[in-house]
Parts: sequence; structure tokens; C-alpha cells
Amino acid sequence: MGDVAVEIRGLRVVRGGRPALDDVDLTVRGGTLTGLLGPSGAGKTTLMRAILGVQVVAGGEVRVLGRPAGSPDLRHRVGYVTQAPSVYEDLTVEENLRYFARILGAPHHAGADAGQGPVSVDEALETVGLGPNRRQMVRTLSGGELSRVSLATALLGSPELLVLDEPTVGLDPVLRDSLWTTFRQIAASGTTLLVSSHVMDEAVRCDRLVLLRAARVLADTTPDELLRSTGTTDADAAFLHLVRHGTEEVHP
Amino acid sequence: MTATALRVLAQLRHDPRTVAMVVVVPVVLLTLLWWIYDDGGPVFQRVGPALLALFPVIIMFLITSITTLRERRSGTLERLLSLPLSKVSFLLGYALAFGLVAVVQAVVASALMLGPLGLETAGPWGLLVLVAVLDSLLAVALGLFVSAFANTEFQAVQFMPAIVLPQFLLCGLLVPRDELPRALEYVSNVLPLSYAVDAMNAVSTQDSPDLTLELSVLVGFVVGVLLLGAATLRRRTP
Repeated sequence: MGDVAVEIRGLRVVRGGRPALDDVDLTVRGGTLTGLLGPSGAGKTTLMRAILGVQVVAGGEVRVLGRPAGSPDLRHRVGYVTQAPSVYEDLTVEENLRYFARILGAPHHAGADAGQGPVSVDEALETVGLGPNRRQMVRTLSGGELSRVSLATALLGSPELLVLDEPTVGLDPVLRDSLWTTFRQIAASGTTLLVSSHVMDEAVRCDRLVLLRAARVLADTTPDELLRSTGTTDADAAFLHLVRHGTEEVHP
Repeated sequence: MTATALRVLAQLRHDPRTVAMVVVVPVVLLTLLWWIYDDGGPVFQRVGPALLALFPVIIMFLITSITTLRERRSGTLERLLSLPLSKVSFLLGYALAFGLVAVVQAVVASALMLGPLGLETAGPWGLLVLVAVLDSLLAVALGLFVSAFANTEFQAVQFMPAIVLPQFLLCGLLVPRDELPRALEYVSNVLPLSYAVDAMNAVSTQDSPDLTLELSVLVGFVVGVLLLGAATLRRRTP
């Protein structure tokens, strides 16, 4: 806790001939739940891919857990959930998790030290509430269950940083609420979470908020500060205010 | 490697129709061949061994190229490459799983040819099966490799006529390789399927054929193409 989990300096990424990220600086503290917000196309996914080290970058530096992003030893320490659920639909829920667990060297069943050590297949299923569906084929799951399988695979092993790209998109309010409760629990155990979303009302559940717009960081703040500085009462209005008056905010 | 192989086999277990087709389709095609050539007459005896090599190649090539393309498109490959899984072990996992399928396919097709269809081979039948398995493995490796260059299923499917059919034309089945125009003979000398068919023909016509060259070339291609395939996997993408 308190250490720097992600340190980004002057990051530039060009995709399709246009800047996807333009001179982005960002620091994410360890053990925090940081929300990455912004409209579609703002660069959220690109920023997450850069942190994972799977994005070709044009310039700048990205350090994750004290290492350059993409370092081989980070592959054990960073969990990633892509926007589209990236699991095998022609396997059961449990078979999917067992495969990823084998790669990560995570156990199948929780050991005697349940709650400690690497997260097992059983524990990951428990966390996302898919225990009863473990023998179900993934292709027969609902959209919400599907994204939870994808999330469960990222929890396996001993991730110190979880990068979740829109994990709640398309989910109903009840499920979204329960997932955010899960994220808070994971953060409370010392894991750092970076969660992107374009649903602004989820912002209040974060420790820090990073607002991206048009390839740049518009604001890096806390939920309270965001509301106070914009004189608004909800995150949606605050974001709209920043988008419309953004430059005046930065240079009043 | 075993993690990926077990996962691919689990996927196949959930898809019995594909497995059935992989085994049954060559059987049907070879039987058809036997039938059209005068119930296993001399032409069947001549082209049978080559086609025993070729039919499975076409099928395994298509299956592997589509499967790995699906892995790229579904996002699972990107995720796997962010995990502690080496690129070679990923491809070897696929090769191992599909290799097992290829063994089953080759054994069934060879048993049919040598048994009910009465293909007469001068050489040992075990060697015939071995060559058939190696041919299928070659197709698996080629399929894994070319899927790197396909962005869509449409492109992947077209790699079959683009990569496999020229080899089919030049492998010596239609015109013996040493009777081809000189330039084409040279081309056929560097195509792996030529060696697959040479090996099959040697087993069927010689008592104790020396297949050192053919088998070395086939194994070399399988290993080389798999390594090339691993080199095409990129952890960082634009």
C-alpha cells in the first residue's frame, strides 16, 4: 500500500495514423481502486494495453510494479480483463478457469491457507458468484455471466495489479453493484485495481478518478474533489461540465 | 505446452461432430476413389498412396488455420500472450493436440486402405502409417503458420487453395516430378508435400524403402514451420 503501482510519463501512442494517447502522465498508487473514465474513443483501452505492455507505443515511459511494462516477470503479477470477454465458449466455465490456472501455476482447489496465497479456481468462481455454473458450457451463459467468467480468470494466481476494461458494461444495476462491492473487497486486500468504465455513476465507488478525453488526461482527482471543483452533485454532470469547460478548469 | 494441448483436446471433446468428420471424411473420399477406379484397379493402386497423404493434409490444414484464427479474433490469444506462457509452448500445445487427432485419422485411413480397399504395398504398413501421420503434422504446422497472415475467416479459407493446391499439382501425382518442366521440378523440390508423396510411393513400391531423406525433410519442415509460426506471434501489437 502506498507504493506506486503504475507510473506513466509522456506516453504517446499512435493508432490508425491518429494519436490515441498524447503525452499522458499518470501515477496509480498501490492498493487503490482507480476508475478510468471517459467517452468511447478517449483512449481508455489503449492506456490499459500500454500498462499491460501489449501496445506498441510511440514514446514515453510506462513502469508497472517497478518494472518496464511488458517485462516477462510481470505476466504473473498483472491480471487483465479485455473489453470483450476473452474466454473459450466451447469449454465449460471450470475448464476455462483450469486452463488459465495451469498457465499461471494457480491451484485448482483452495488449500488449507484459503484466503492467503494464490487464488484457486474454486476461490475465483466463488468471488464472481459462478460456483453453481461451473459445469455449464460458456456459450450457454448470459452476457453478465460471460463477463464474470472473464473476470474470474484474471483473479487467478497472485495478481498484484488488476486491469479491468469495462467489466460492468451491459450488466444490470444489481450485478454492477455486486461487482463493484467485489472490487472494493479486492482492493481492501491490497491489490491495486484499474477499472475503466463509461458509466459515470460508478465513479463514486473509486478512490481516484482519471478522466480521459480525446487522447489526453482531462482530470486526475478524487470523486469528492471532482464534484466540488465542478460545483455539481453527480458524476455525470461533473464529467459533462469538465468536457464542456475543461480548458477553463485547467487554466481558470 | 500440456496445458494448451489439454485445453484444445477438451474443446474437441465438446465438439464430437468435428472429430467424427475429421476421421470419416477421408474414409469416404478414399472409398469413393477406390470405387471410381474400377473397384481398386491399377490406377487406384498407383494414386492411392499419394491421396492417402493428401486428403488428411487438406482437412488438417483447414481445421488448424481456422482454429487459431478464432483464437486471434476472440481476444483469447491477446490475453494468453499477456500471461506467463511461451509462444513456442502455445504452438506446441496445439501441435500436440492436433497431432493426436492426426494419428487417429491416419491410422483409420491407412487401415481402411490396407484392409477393405485392398491397397497393396511392398513396404511395411507401419511405415505407411508413420508417413501419413507426419503428413498430417505438416498440415497442422502449416495451418498454424498461415493463420498468422489471415485477418478474417475468408482469408484463412483461401490459404488452402493458395498454399496446399499448388503443392498438390506439383507433388508428382498428376505428372511424375522428374517429367515436369525443369523450372517446376525445381519448385517441387522445395515443397514439403512432394516429399510426403515420394515417401508414400516408395513405401508402396519398394520392399524396404530408404526414407531417410523424405522423413528428414518432413520433420524439418514441421519443426521449422512451427518455429516460424511462433516468431509471427507478437506480444505487442499496434
